[in-house]
Amino acid sequence: MSGVGTSRADACVIGVAECFRGDGEIMANPIGTIPAIGGRLARDVFEPDLVMTDGEALLVANGIPLGVDDPAKTVEAWNPYRTMFDVVWSGRRHVMMGASQLDPYGNQNFAFIGDPAHPKVQLLGMRGAPGNTVQNVTSYWIPNHSPKVFVEHVDVVSGIGYDRAAELGDWVREHHELRCVVTNLAVLDFDGPDHRMRLRSVHPGVTVDEVVAATGFPLAVDTDVPETRAPTAEELEVMERLDPRGLRAQEVPG
Amino acid sequence: MTDKRMTEEDVVAELRDGMTIGIGGWGSRRKPMSIVRAIARSDVQDLTVASYAGPDLGLLCATGKVKKAIYPFCSLDSIALEPHFRNARQSGSVQTLELDEGMFLLGLQAAAWRVPFLPTRVGLGSFVVDRQPEIRTVTSPYDDGEELVAAPALNLDVAIIHMHRGDERGNGQYLNVDPYMDNLVALAAPRCFMSVERVVDTDELASSGPVQSMLISRLMTHGVVDAPKGAHFTECVPDYGRDEAFQKEYAASAKEPDLWSAWKAKYLDCGDHAEYRKVVGI
Repeated sequence: MSGVGTSRADACVIGVAECFRGDGEIMANPIGTIPAIGGRLARDVFEPDLVMTDGEALLVANGIPLGVDDPAKTVEAWNPYRTMFDVVWSGRRHVMMGASQLDPYGNQNFAFIGDPAHPKVQLLGMRGAPGNTVQNVTSYWIPNHSPKVFVEHVDVVSGIGYDRAAELGDWVREHHELRCVVTNLAVLDFDGPDHRMRLRSVHPGVTVDEVVAATGFPLAVDTDVPETRAPTAEELEVMERLDPRGLRAQEVPG
Repeated sequence: MTDKRMTEEDVVAELRDGMTIGIGGWGSRRKPMSIVRAIARSDVQDLTVASYAGPDLGLLCATGKVKKAIYPFCSLDSIALEPHFRNARQSGSVQTLELDEGMFLLGLQAAAWRVPFLPTRVGLGSFVVDRQPEIRTVTSPYDDGEELVAAPALNLDVAIIHMHRGDERGNGQYLNVDPYMDNLVALAAPRCFMSVERVVDTDELASSGPVQSMLISRLMTHGVVDAPKGAHFTECVPDYGRDEAFQKEYAASAKEPDLWSAWKAKYLDCGDHAEYRKVVGI
């Protein structure tokens, strides 16, 4: 069995990294701990032209380690928030965001739960999700794969999914792309019927039934579902360098 | 030559009930907190607050100043969700206009350029457009005929921003890595009041950083408040980082009315910015 000797978090990092394979010279903008490690690993190992931020207003050419004070940065450009919108709206970015709810077509909610005028739970707000999903490639990172997150209908649409994009104009239909959803259990994509969510791979040690049970809607499942590939020896070395404090295992234990 | 220096209380005296106030900064970064606290202590009410929001909106909600909030998020950065804002939302006490981060930028730009809207695809298919009648669409008059979102101008009555350095005439300079949208916030209002960490001679601005850091010209400002530590407890690097311990205490005060009363008595009702600095020890 592949993946023996590596952790669940390592599988998640590889799942994230693979989302950016083939992206070439665009901005990879993975938001969150495991996404940041995965994106930086992709650039260090197999996608060298990716452009990445330091998490704030600089583009840095080197893979900076997480959780380290004042890491050395090879600054290659200035990218304040206002410039980020130029990048997004010109389509030169692949973002990986979080989601409090995600439906079968990839509609995302992290704004609030309940009535808009009197929400039960106020969450982040719209942030950049409406614009991101219309203007650049979007993937999602879900560290807690459960029926509470994967729901038949989201309370609020902050990021738009394939069914909604299909009802918009030609331009949006042609440019809207949700690439992958990486979770603590599996990697999913939208290659199911009508762009519904499909199980692409399960992480080592996870069964297809577990993923199906943790998903609150019927998932498209092929006859043979592969395992998320194991990291190579080089990738394990890079992971240690990018995450010397083991933050990935705090986000996804086991 | 006009000397625009004034106090936080002078700024508040310019405000009226029901005004729309735009606040610069981003999340819990470089917020004009000494002016925000002065507003929170005042009798002004029914404000509409537009902001890339953090504790500015949270504090004004907690003190009952906000009728309506316009925002793409409200976050303390190191604490993802602003708890005082959450309390206000979850009690249904504030009206809202939820915007995408980029649509907020376009709204400021439209107001600054004095046009009613700017076209964009941002918001199409989402709650922003589909569930908020205030946001409308427009059809391209060109051959493509595409339906676009008309991001409405965020016409402010007053803008407040915080810069690192400024002169008494109203020129301002930021010294951190990101200007945020502060010059657009300033231009989106007929009047902008700017607090600064330090008021310096005009010559000193150009010697303090590259000319690109001189973001705010006196064309944009109507008042300058000399406010050392004026962004506390939000981040104002390189002068100082976020006061995380203080921010935690502020956030924790949202848990119980008693905790909030104690926090308010100590840090808000203590008096003006000079008194606040003494109480906090900054």
